[in-house]
Amino acid sequence: MTLIDDERHPREPMPNPTTAARADGSPAEGEVVEVHLNGRTRAVPARLSVRALLEHLALEPEMIVVERNHEILDRASYDQVPVVAGDRIELVHFVGGG
Amino acid sequence: MTTPSAASVVDGASLRIADKVLGSRLIIGTGKYSDNETMLAALRASGTDMVTVSVRRVDLDRTKEEGILFHLDPDEFLLLPNTAGCYTAEEAIRYARLGRAAGFSEFVKLEVIGDQTTLLPDVQATIEAAKVLVDEGFHVMAYTNDDLISALRLEDAGCAAVMPLASPIGSGLGVVNPYFIREIKRRLTVPVIVDAGVGTASDACVTMEQGVDGVLMNTAIALADDPPAMAAAMRLAVEAGRLAYLAGRMPSREIAVPSSPTTGMLD
Repeated sequence: MTLIDDERHPREPMPNPTTAARADGSPAEGEVVEVHLNGRTRAVPARLSVRALLEHLALEPEMIVVERNHEILDRASYDQVPVVAGDRIELVHFVGGG
Repeated sequence: MTTPSAASVVDGASLRIADKVLGSRLIIGTGKYSDNETMLAALRASGTDMVTVSVRRVDLDRTKEEGILFHLDPDEFLLLPNTAGCYTAEEAIRYARLGRAAGFSEFVKLEVIGDQTTLLPDVQATIEAAKVLVDEGFHVMAYTNDDLISALRLEDAGCAAVMPLASPIGSGLGVVNPYFIREIKRRLTVPVIVDAGVGTASDACVTMEQGVDGVLMNTAIALADDPPAMAAAMRLAVEAGRLAYLAGRMPSREIAVPSSPTTGMLD
């Protein structure tokens, strides 16, 4: 069972990306980055932490293990680790199995 | 000849693997149940203390079932994450690490499949992965063939338990080679748990009569018409098989020997 990119899934439509951030450094409204999330290319809001990404996806951090660019993250680091364009992120959890 | 003592009944129930003592010799998989309520009822009816789970991607489209932890209390059952579906040592190691990172236990059911048709294990890759994971502090419970040499190598690699198959995963064929299972149990020091192939209660009983320490099963319960009832049957069968093993069976012989006195018959 490989956690590979599934090319059968079409890309999600990209919201019109704005590259310019505001002068104070906060993300411009609607600014997004593309990341590889569970094998699909997705646009997510720019400058999220891993914790904010999970919140964005309405996932409970305690139920999830995050692997970012082939490195498993400590839950304690979710606030500090940024989500950067091009990241390969795997969000896994336990399901029924023998 | 004595009746089974209370002590042997207790011994019939408890199983130590690494630092854990389990109150049941039955380990159960959580896959393939029709729904979570049925699964939970079956787990409880089985008396099991340890259940296997798989690591998979979260379905971000929410079209599939949510994670099993929404239904399964890790305080009620010790979780045994598996590496099911992995075909290389590297993949299995990755899945094992992800499973441990969930934060419930150091145990992993290591499984590296070598063939898609039979789901027989790639023993060489399993041994390779076991060494790496043991070095990282995992309590490795390794699924393997009913082959003594492989079992010995896995014990040498530091596995906490060695788990030979009774027959192929999901086949329900029962123990196809009881002699090899007995030989593995005789030669290993770590617990031997027969994993895969049990189809019904008699298979579980025969498996335990070989003297092994436990049985791991999933499909036999999940695909029964009434999974909680089959789980209860498995509980009894495992206990019966364990007690029969401890009791020591009579020698089998291919001649009849009367049970009643041959003297004192009427003219």
